[in-house]
Amino acid sequence: MTNSWTDIRNTDLVVIMGGNAAEAHPCGFKWVTEAKANRGAKLIVVDPRFTRSASVADVYAPIRQGSDIAFLLGVMNYCIQNGKVQWDYVKAFTNAAFIVKDGFEYKDGLFTGYDETKRDYDKSSWDYVIGDDGYAVVDDTLTHPRCVWNMLKAHVSVYTPEMVERICGTPKEKFLKVAEMISECSTPTKTMTSMYALGWTQHSKGSQNIRSMAMLQLVLGNIGVRGGGMNALRGHSNIQGLTDVGLMSNLLPGYMTLPTEKEVDFDSYMATRGFKPLRPNQMSYWQNYRKFFVSFLKSMWGPAATPENHFAYDWLPKLDVPGYDVLRAFELMNQGKMTGYICQGFNPLLAAPNRTKLTASLSKLKFLVTMDPLDTETSRFWENHGEFNDVDPSQIQTEVYQLPSTCFAEDEGSLTNSGRWLQWHWPGGTAPGEAKTDNWIMAQIYTRLRDLYRKEGGAFPDPIVNLDWSYADPGEPTAEELAKELNGKALAPVMDPTDPTKVVVEAGKLVPSFAALRDDGSTTSGCWIYSGCFNENGNNMARRDTSDPDETGAYSKWAFSWPVNRRILYNRASADLNGKAWDPSRKLIEWDGQKWSGYDVPDIAPTAKPQDVGPFIMNAEGVSRLFVRGMMRDGPFPAHYEPFESPVTNLIAPKVRGNPAARVFKGDFAQFAEPASQEFPYAATSYRLTEHFHYWTKHVWVNAVLQPEFFVEISEELAKEKGIVKGGWVRVWSKRGSIKAKVVVTKRIKPLICDGKPVHVVGIPLHWGFTGAAKKGFGPNSLTPFVGDANIETPEYKAFLVNIEPIAGPVA
Amino acid sequence: MNMELSRRQFLAATGAGVAGTALGAFGFGEIEAAHAEAIRAFKLVNTTETRNTCPYCSVACGIIMYSKGDLKKGEKAEIVHIEGDTDHPTNRGTLCPKGAALLDFVKAETRLKYPMVRKPGSDKFERISWNDALDRIARLMKDDRDGNFVQKNNDGVTVNRWTTTGFLAASATTNETAFATYKVVRSAGMLVFDNQARV
Repeated sequence: MTNSWTDIRNTDLVVIMGGNAAEAHPCGFKWVTEAKANRGAKLIVVDPRFTRSASVADVYAPIRQGSDIAFLLGVMNYCIQNGKVQWDYVKAFTNAAFIVKDGFEYKDGLFTGYDETKRDYDKSSWDYVIGDDGYAVVDDTLTHPRCVWNMLKAHVSVYTPEMVERICGTPKEKFLKVAEMISECSTPTKTMTSMYALGWTQHSKGSQNIRSMAMLQLVLGNIGVRGGGMNALRGHSNIQGLTDVGLMSNLLPGYMTLPTEKEVDFDSYMATRGFKPLRPNQMSYWQNYRKFFVSFLKSMWGPAATPENHFAYDWLPKLDVPGYDVLRAFELMNQGKMTGYICQGFNPLLAAPNRTKLTASLSKLKFLVTMDPLDTETSRFWENHGEFNDVDPSQIQTEVYQLPSTCFAEDEGSLTNSGRWLQWHWPGGTAPGEAKTDNWIMAQIYTRLRDLYRKEGGAFPDPIVNLDWSYADPGEPTAEELAKELNGKALAPVMDPTDPTKVVVEAGKLVPSFAALRDDGSTTSGCWIYSGCFNENGNNMARRDTSDPDETGAYSKWAFSWPVNRRILYNRASADLNGKAWDPSRKLIEWDGQKWSGYDVPDIAPTAKPQDVGPFIMNAEGVSRLFVRGMMRDGPFPAHYEPFESPVTNLIAPKVRGNPAARVFKGDFAQFAEPASQEFPYAATSYRLTEHFHYWTKHVWVNAVLQPEFFVEISEELAKEKGIVKGGWVRVWSKRGSIKAKVVVTKRIKPLICDGKPVHVVGIPLHWGFTGAAKKGFGPNSLTPFVGDANIETPEYKAFLVNIEPIAGPVA
Repeated sequence: MNMELSRRQFLAATGAGVAGTALGAFGFGEIEAAHAEAIRAFKLVNTTETRNTCPYCSVACGIIMYSKGDLKKGEKAEIVHIEGDTDHPTNRGTLCPKGAALLDFVKAETRLKYPMVRKPGSDKFERISWNDALDRIARLMKDDRDGNFVQKNNDGVTVNRWTTTGFLAASATTNETAFATYKVVRSAGMLVFDNQARV
């Protein structure tokens, strides 16, 4: 989230699209209710299903899953055509005026530079014109035909209300009502918040779904303001934190990136991370990259990371592919190229797509290790559970270790919520049996591995034996020790850069924030964006002061929000070019002629003059990007692409199938149903129920009683067409698998009319498996295709094709 | 009239100040005693309160756990009740159908208690000691790493990567566990590394 849950109270319009907060995030949804009750805010819900969020909405618009970009670019087109643009914001705070290079164009669904065999683009033309002064060329009058604004205007012009209706199945008058309500938020005194979740991410163009709304929010001037923003609701309690700390194939902590093998040494690595400002006076904050990177390396390898060995740069593994995400991991396993897999609190047998492929892949491993508080399906993938896990254990040679870990109630540390609040929690119970904390388990594995390398030598032991593991008890680092490590400390006195005689942080002290980090090896910080979480003031994540001056919803003394306790990102954009709040009733920070101050920690240097320095300090441009240059794999603008399995062909670009830049492994393409397939005619989607959390709560008695049994949901119209009765049994199958379920025939799902043809939606909740207290059942991953988003490989769970037929139920 | 009076309401209604004597005088003594007998003692008496946050979605509602026994005093502690934290700015004490049932998660019958091993081709899990399990895991990792670690690629560039063993990190472990995990995984040169952000 750019903002926070408690900030939603400040909004005028909530758009829930790509999520279902009322059911999946019920206690956060209360802030929507607050805004409605206290401010008269309106709620729009756009979803294929009439969800509980929709049931309390002012306007509900149905949409075919996988067509969000067409809808959102349609709204943008409406705003542009009707002059509903916050012009002062767009001109000053976005790259609307930047001139795009000649050669770049969009035609027939593709951008310049497409290579069909590589399914990738040569992105060299996706850039700005750079002037002789080294800065990007701009046209502040927005009249240049190749300025970003005019390119955008032309790009979205195809998404007329009529086209939106044909693609999305949203009736034109419904779409126009939504577009009109959203467009009203282009005034500086009205704002809109976007609340989304996996309904947007789990598509082969998930990143561009989100980007489309982010661009719309910029056009309306809603980023950086109270009650505005892009608010990812996020599914799990600490998935924000796990990502912040960089636990992904290509990441380092704090959104730095792992080197690729093209970056042969420290200097070539840094050469592409110089972040020279693209406009005069801009902060381009990533210019500090080297400080954060060196401090991270010092946290990893302590005294062994020296200036002479470039702080052990070579000890980081180098990537040969964009990333080894979970899909690539299972692909490699399936090819027999992996030996072992370690799953820490992750149940991929139910969570990753195409279960048949997953089982085959896990069966090819030599060993599998799971760490979990609960008995997961993954740890028992080799066990026969009849039709629910139809395997022959004698044919599976994988050695499996199931390690019992503590749960939240028995563990200490911080979790980062979707609003970026790091909240500390304390253990209150004794773990059952021999269950151990994850810290203990990881430390035990590490110290054993290290000791083996010390004793026996082996393949390049240096990074392992030199890892800084100087905890009081190396067998179990404490949460406090690790939190201090994330924060960082001074190894030598840190001097004031403007006054070399003045010590900012004494040696041995925790750094107050990342501003004190240095690139000479004199500081450490495990994750620079978390710096400040545990400093000499103590554990700021454990703060419990509920004060909230003037009830802005900031709660600045509650816990710690990254970065530097900032509650709303880009908050400088809440004020106009002279530093005055766009909306005085929603003041956040203002310029008093000398400095910035207000309710939040300014997201700009405190003395940066408002006319000179742009609010988007992480961007080399200083402004936000409506045109994102070559930074996304599938285009600098979003464009409508159908899901890989779609009930219709792409109306905008009939020759393009799926997202042209999405990675598809050989063999998986053959397992996709054809567009507008006769064999698999129905558009399926997956979702959560309010009574369950993923695959955890089926282990919980109360929730197993509340929703005991797997089911699928279909419309009355489809039921009638297929002779399916309410409460009866059905078989649902895709090109990859087949499941049986009870059926709920509901008015909550209605057929959509897309380009004159009805599209039936089949809804498949995701909470059942073969362990736990609930009845055994199936999940959508038995059916879903093995393909992910072009940029970040989130599997396409929300839009795929199935067939359905009535069957006789099991004998009771 | 089907109405149940609590002990407190009953006392208030009969004039609490003189309850001791007046009740007896009015002849209510036996009823009152029988009623008091029927009321369960307040279950949170003498429990230890611990602040925590809900482990499910990312709203991160504040919760209070009540336990018999106090971990901080080195005692064994059994959690007997969990409720929303009314001081928490986001949830203000409320919990959803999942959070309200957290006690049953802590005490789920399918909580794992002991390390288990499933041998190749076997159809069952067997108990194993932590020491044996961890020794074996470290050995399996080292043998694979020693066999498949790539120090230089075909162009002679130092790449120091290990791609034949992978690690899937969680979605609900702490940031502190995340960093400890990061250090272990990356120092070994692992690239097959992901978390649950996508699903």
